[in-house]
Amino acid sequence: MTETASTQPAAHETPLASRHRALGARMIDFAGWLMPVQYGSILDEHRAVRERVGLFDLSHMGELGVEGPDAAVALAQAVVTDPPALAIGRAHYSMLCAPDGGIIDDLIIYRLAEERFMIVANASNAAIVSDALAERLAGSRAILDDRSLATGLVAIQGPRSVEVIAPLTDVDLGALRYYAIAEGQVAGIPALVARTGYTGEDGFEVFVDTARTAELWDVLIDAVRAADGLPVGLGARDTLRLEAGMPLYGNELDLETTPYDAGLGRVVKLDKPADFVGRAALERVAEEGPRRRLVGLVVEGRGIARHGYPVHAGERRSGVVTSGTQSPTLGVPIAMASVAPEDGEPETRLEVEIRDARVPARVVPLPFYRRST
Amino acid sequence: MSAPTDLRYTRDHEWVRVDGDEATVGITQYAADQLGDIVFVELPDTGRELEGAKPFGVVESVKAVSDLFAPVSGEVVATNDALAGGPELVNSDPYGGGWMVRLRVADPTELDDLLDADAYDDLVAAG
Repeated sequence: MTETASTQPAAHETPLASRHRALGARMIDFAGWLMPVQYGSILDEHRAVRERVGLFDLSHMGELGVEGPDAAVALAQAVVTDPPALAIGRAHYSMLCAPDGGIIDDLIIYRLAEERFMIVANASNAAIVSDALAERLAGSRAILDDRSLATGLVAIQGPRSVEVIAPLTDVDLGALRYYAIAEGQVAGIPALVARTGYTGEDGFEVFVDTARTAELWDVLIDAVRAADGLPVGLGARDTLRLEAGMPLYGNELDLETTPYDAGLGRVVKLDKPADFVGRAALERVAEEGPRRRLVGLVVEGRGIARHGYPVHAGERRSGVVTSGTQSPTLGVPIAMASVAPEDGEPETRLEVEIRDARVPARVVPLPFYRRST
Repeated sequence: MSAPTDLRYTRDHEWVRVDGDEATVGITQYAADQLGDIVFVELPDTGRELEGAKPFGVVESVKAVSDLFAPVSGEVVATNDALAGGPELVNSDPYGGGWMVRLRVADPTELDDLLDADAYDDLVAAG
């Protein structure tokens, strides 16, 4: 039994670091942030979100404001989606691509007003996204404001999310649809409340000032506990998103991967009027077809497929596992893998190389888990 | 939390229960707690010769894969089949139902290199 532990101090602490320590969380350095990986059992935290409710600190995520008369059209030239088509109070999933079509980051873009957007980027890429957007927006009448350090973010996820947050907010949750956002108060604190998440469950993401994030957490953790819920760390966040078939930057997405290679070609709006960074390269991929396919795998032999394990189709090397775990909900080992396009059809039989053995696996449609509504 | 005094320990957090010329091996409570929820254990086949301090299997938590190291050299005479369907036994009963393999010890002098409970507790306390 060996273990490795990072002794490097994390550069940043979220405003909730003292709360996590008091709860006995195991803390890790994640993308330069000291974050809770688990408070108790990852499996218990996972199940709390699937069956009841969980509370997450996501204050490490990047929040970028884009504002001005050209905000919509300038963003349309910077990202693969079409922000001018977003209704006020709505959000969409988007990506920032390099000129060669490789993914710099995946994003959620919220339209807060006619001329005002909020972009949420992964913590690991927040600085890169901020720099790239600043460059791409230069010369337009749109101002980029990196609010990452000024913004705290807490997510409430799970079937009891509405009952937890409804008594604490003036936002009309019945009118707040999936991928919508509204301004209001939560626990008396000015907040943006979005119906978004990364778990496959109903839930909310609440953006507040860094200075008031601990105050918000203290109210929400009591409400979550009262609903038999738990605080949830990055460990269960990863197993939840994997069951929900959601990509993770650095695993399913990277600079060597186009949206089409990751099965996310639908995100790219080639029919939008704006020229945008990566358009020519992405048009070519759309026409020629992707070089790889992102698939779901259920491992049918003994073993857990993990990130980086090779995938074989008979004697041919097909690709690689991008993420894998033992599914807490399904009770079997699941994985996402990037494979040759011809190996991507559901029910295709492949093999995952787990240490020195080749273990049978079956291609299945994503997501692995879909909530019953 | 102290380690049971009737067992011997490795610096890699395995425990060993010696019974005649056989040694039963598992991982300590400390190791199981550090790993978190254990979801998979891979063990060698019966009859395999293990070499002391070399990896003989793996234990996987939700997050991580960790090697198991043979505390001493010897032939595998039994493995804990219950772990295939119930790997969580390693968390709930690491010194009992969560045992992993039983070896026929090749060289009893290798047992002298193992730690006693006090020395192991000191190792854990030192982090």
